[in-house]
Amino acid sequence: MWSFRHIANEIHAWLSANFNPTLTLIIEMVLAGVAVIGLFAALGLVLVLMERRVAAWIQIRLGPNRVGPKGLLQSLADTLKLIVKEGLTPDGADKLMFNVAPFIAMIVAMLLMAPIAFAKDFQLWDLNIGVLFVSAVSSLMVISILMAGWSSNNKYSLLGAMRSGAQIVSYELSAGLSILTIVVFTGSLQVSDIIHAQADGWWIFKGHLPVWIAFVIFIIAVTAETNRAPFDLAEAESELTAGFHTEYSGMKFALFFLAEYINVFIVCAIGATLFLGGWMPFHIGNWEGFNRVMDYIPSSIWFFGKTFFLIFVIMWFRWTFPRLRIDQLLNLEWKYLLPISMINLLVATAMAILGWHF
Amino acid sequence: MSGKQCFVSVKLISPKYMFITKYIKEVFGAVKSLAIGMKRTIYYFTHHKEIITQEYPDNRDTLVLPERFKGEVVMPHNENNEHRCTGCQACELACPNGTIKVIFKNELTPEGKKKKAIDKLVYHLELCTMCNLCVEACPSDAIKMAQTFEHSVYDRNQLTKILNKPGSKIMEGVE
Amino acid sequence: MYEEVGTTTEGDLVINVGPQHPATHGVLHLVITLNGETIKKVEPHLGYIHRSIEKMCESLSYRQFIYVTSRMDYLSSHINNHACALCVEKGLQVEIPPRAQVIRILMDELTRIASHELWWGAMAMDLGAFTPFFHAFRERESINDIMEETCGARLTMNYMVPGGVMQDIHPNFQKRVKDFLVQYKKKIHEYDELVTGNIIFQNRMKGIGYLSPEDAISYGCTGPAARGSGVSSDIRKLYPYEIYDKLEFDEVLETAGDSFARYMVRIREMQQSIRIIEQLIDNIPEGDFQAKTKAVLKLPKGEFYTRVETARGELGVYIVSEGGTTPYRIKFRSPGFSNLSVLDHIARGSKIGDLVAMMGTLDLVIPDIDR
Repeated sequence: MWSFRHIANEIHAWLSANFNPTLTLIIEMVLAGVAVIGLFAALGLVLVLMERRVAAWIQIRLGPNRVGPKGLLQSLADTLKLIVKEGLTPDGADKLMFNVAPFIAMIVAMLLMAPIAFAKDFQLWDLNIGVLFVSAVSSLMVISILMAGWSSNNKYSLLGAMRSGAQIVSYELSAGLSILTIVVFTGSLQVSDIIHAQADGWWIFKGHLPVWIAFVIFIIAVTAETNRAPFDLAEAESELTAGFHTEYSGMKFALFFLAEYINVFIVCAIGATLFLGGWMPFHIGNWEGFNRVMDYIPSSIWFFGKTFFLIFVIMWFRWTFPRLRIDQLLNLEWKYLLPISMINLLVATAMAILGWHF
Repeated sequence: MSGKQCFVSVKLISPKYMFITKYIKEVFGAVKSLAIGMKRTIYYFTHHKEIITQEYPDNRDTLVLPERFKGEVVMPHNENNEHRCTGCQACELACPNGTIKVIFKNELTPEGKKKKAIDKLVYHLELCTMCNLCVEACPSDAIKMAQTFEHSVYDRNQLTKILNKPGSKIMEGVE
Repeated sequence: MYEEVGTTTEGDLVINVGPQHPATHGVLHLVITLNGETIKKVEPHLGYIHRSIEKMCESLSYRQFIYVTSRMDYLSSHINNHACALCVEKGLQVEIPPRAQVIRILMDELTRIASHELWWGAMAMDLGAFTPFFHAFRERESINDIMEETCGARLTMNYMVPGGVMQDIHPNFQKRVKDFLVQYKKKIHEYDELVTGNIIFQNRMKGIGYLSPEDAISYGCTGPAARGSGVSSDIRKLYPYEIYDKLEFDEVLETAGDSFARYMVRIREMQQSIRIIEQLIDNIPEGDFQAKTKAVLKLPKGEFYTRVETARGELGVYIVSEGGTTPYRIKFRSPGFSNLSVLDHIARGSKIGDLVAMMGTLDLVIPDIDR
C-alpha cells in the first residue's frame, strides 16, 4: 500500500540517484520543512473547526454550518480575516521583542515535530533521547509568553504573562514524572523503542494501575502546560480581556492562536505515543483473526485516530469545567499532583523490577 | 512496654493517618464530582435531538408568531377599503411618547352637518415602544398590533408610516 | 483601616475594569487598587446608563409611566411594573379582583425563575464554564415563549396596569405552564451535576466575600445578598402584598455569609418559586382581570410608598402627588444600588479572580442601579 514509509523511501532513492549526498540531504531537509509547515496549516484549519463544532454540540447548539458544505470552509474564512486585519503595535512597546515573540512560539512548535513518529518508520529524527528532547524544548514556550507580556506595555498583559509563566514551569514537573513512568517500564528514552515495546499491547493495558494514574496526571498536566481551560487564566476573557496576547492583532495573533493549537496536537501526540501505543494497532492477545484485520488499517490512521481522541478529551475538559484561580492552580500542582506522581513513580519502578506488569 | 506508653504512641500516630485518609478522600471526591459533570456534557454531545437552535433566515416560511405578539401598529381595512377610525384622538392621548399623530379634516355628513374625519394617521415606528396602550385606549377597535418583527430599513423616512390607506373611508355604523 | 479615596502607596497598581468588560453585567466602571494580586480598594463609578427615568415619569400620566420601569431592571420587568401598579392602586384605593391577583403572582414567579436562570448562566460564564449559560437560556426560552403568548413580548412586557392586568391570560397558558414545570423539574437536577457539585466551583465560591449580618443591615442589602448572611428580608413574608400571605412557601436563609451561601439561596429560591406556581396554577379564580377605573387617573394629594421583592431584593416605589394627572415626583429605591455599595467592603483582601465571583453572587444589573 502507499504508506508514508514507502513514499519517503522512493523520494530518497530518486534524490540520491540524481544528486550528490550533501545536496540530497539539504533538499530532504527543505522538503521536511515544507511538509511540516503544510501540516501546521492543515492541522490549524482542522483543529479550529473541530473545537468550534465540539463546543457547539456540547452546548446544545449547532456549530458553524454555513460557510461551505457543513461549515468546512469556516477556518479558511477565519484565516483570511486574520490576514487582512491591521497588525497594530502599541505605542511604547518594545518593538523587537513584540515582533519576535510569536515567532519563537512557532519555532518551538516546529522543533517539537521532529521526534514524533507519524507512521511506521516515518519519523523526522529518531534521536536516542527523544522523550527528553520533547520535555526540554517544550519548556521554551515560557520565553515567548513572557516576552509577549512584558513588551506589550500593558498592565493586563503583564499580569497574564506572569501567571502563565508560573503555571507552565510548575506543571512541567508532573508531566515529566508521568513520562518517566513509561520510560521506567520501557528502559529507553528513544521514541521508536517505546513504540516497539508496545507491540504486544499498549502500555495502558500492560502496566495497569501506575500507568492509569500516570495517564490521568499526564492529561491534567499537559492541559495546564498549553494554557487550556480549566487552567487558562493567562487568557481569561472575563477577567483580563485576553491576557498576554491582548495587544496582538492580525497575523501575529494568528501565529499565537495557531501555536496554541499545534501545542495541543503535539502533547496529545506524545501522550498517544507513550500511553496508547503510537502507530501500533490494537491487538488482543491471541485473537489471530482480529489482529490481522486490525493490521490492515494503515498505521498513520491509528496514530492520528488516537491523537484526535486525546484532543477531543482535552476539548471536553475545556467546555465542562470553570477556571481555577492562580493560587488554587499552584496548590493543585504542588500539593496534589506532584506527591502523587512521585509515589506513583516509586510504585512503577518496583513493579518494573519485580516484573508485575504484563 | 507499659500501658501508658502504648497510649502515648497511639495518640502520636493517629493524626497522621487521619491526614492521609482525609487527603485520599478529598482526591476521590474531587475526581468523582468532575466525572459526574463530564458525563452530563458527553450526554449532550451525543444526543443531537436536544439541540433547540432554529436556523433563522432559512425558516421564515414556517415561522409562526403568537397572535398577541406586539410587532407594530396597523389599521385593518376590510375588502371595501374601509377602516373603523373615527378620529377621536384617544390613541394620541394615551401614547407616552408622541408616536401617533392624528391629522384630520372636516367632512360633510349626508345630513349636511360638519363632522370630524381623519385625513391621515401618522405613526412613527422609530419612536414606538410597543407598549400597547394605544390599542387598549381605542374605543372602536380601529388599530391592532401586527406580528412583524423585521423592521430594519436603509432609509429612516420609511419608518414614518401612514396607517390608513389612500382613498379609504370609515365603515358604516362605527361611532 | 480604610484609606481615603485617591491615596495609593508605593507599588500599587491601579486598574480600570470596565465600562466595557465581559464580566460586569452592564456598563460598570470599577477602579481597583491592587497590590500584586490582592485588592486594596474598589471604587465603582456609576452613571454610564443613566437615562433620567425618574424625571421622565414626571411628565407622563399614571397609566403611561409604567412601561418605562420595565427597562430599569429588565430581568424582572413584570415585578417592576407590578410595584408601580400597586403604588398607584394604593393612591386610588381601588380593590383588585382575585383573578388579577393570582395572574400577577404567577407572572412574578415565572419572572423570578427566568431572572435567576440568567444569573446562574452568566455567573458560571464569568467563572469560566461556558456550557451552563446555554442550558440556562434553554429554560429561559420556554418561559419567554409562555410570556410571548400571553403578554405579547419577551423582555419588556408592560402587562400590569393600575387595577389588574391588561388582557386575560391566553387559553393555552395553564397547559403550557404545567408542561414547563414538568420539564423544568427534570432539568434542575442537572444544575447540581454541572455546577453546584463541581469541586472547582465550590472552591472558587466557598469562603470568598464574607458579609456579616450586621454589615448587611447597615449597608442596606436586601434580597439574596442579605439572606445569604442570615438576615431575614423577604418582603413576601414580612410585608405581604397581594395574596402572598395565603401561600405556602419558605423564606430561604443561609448563615455562612460567603459567596456560596448566596449562590445556594438563589438556587433554593427557584425551587420555592416552583412551589408557589404549583399551588396557584390549577386554582385561578374566575372573574374580571381588571378593576373598573376611570380613563384618566388622578391621585389625591399625598405621598404613597409600596415595596415588592424583585429577583434582586427590595424595590420601593415612592410617589409624591399634588392632585394632578401626572406625579410631582417619583423615586425608586433600587436593590442594586445598596447591594453594590457593599462590594468595596467584601472585596478588600481578596484576589482579582474572586472579584468576579463576588460581583456574580451579588447579582448586579447596572440599569437598575443607574436608572
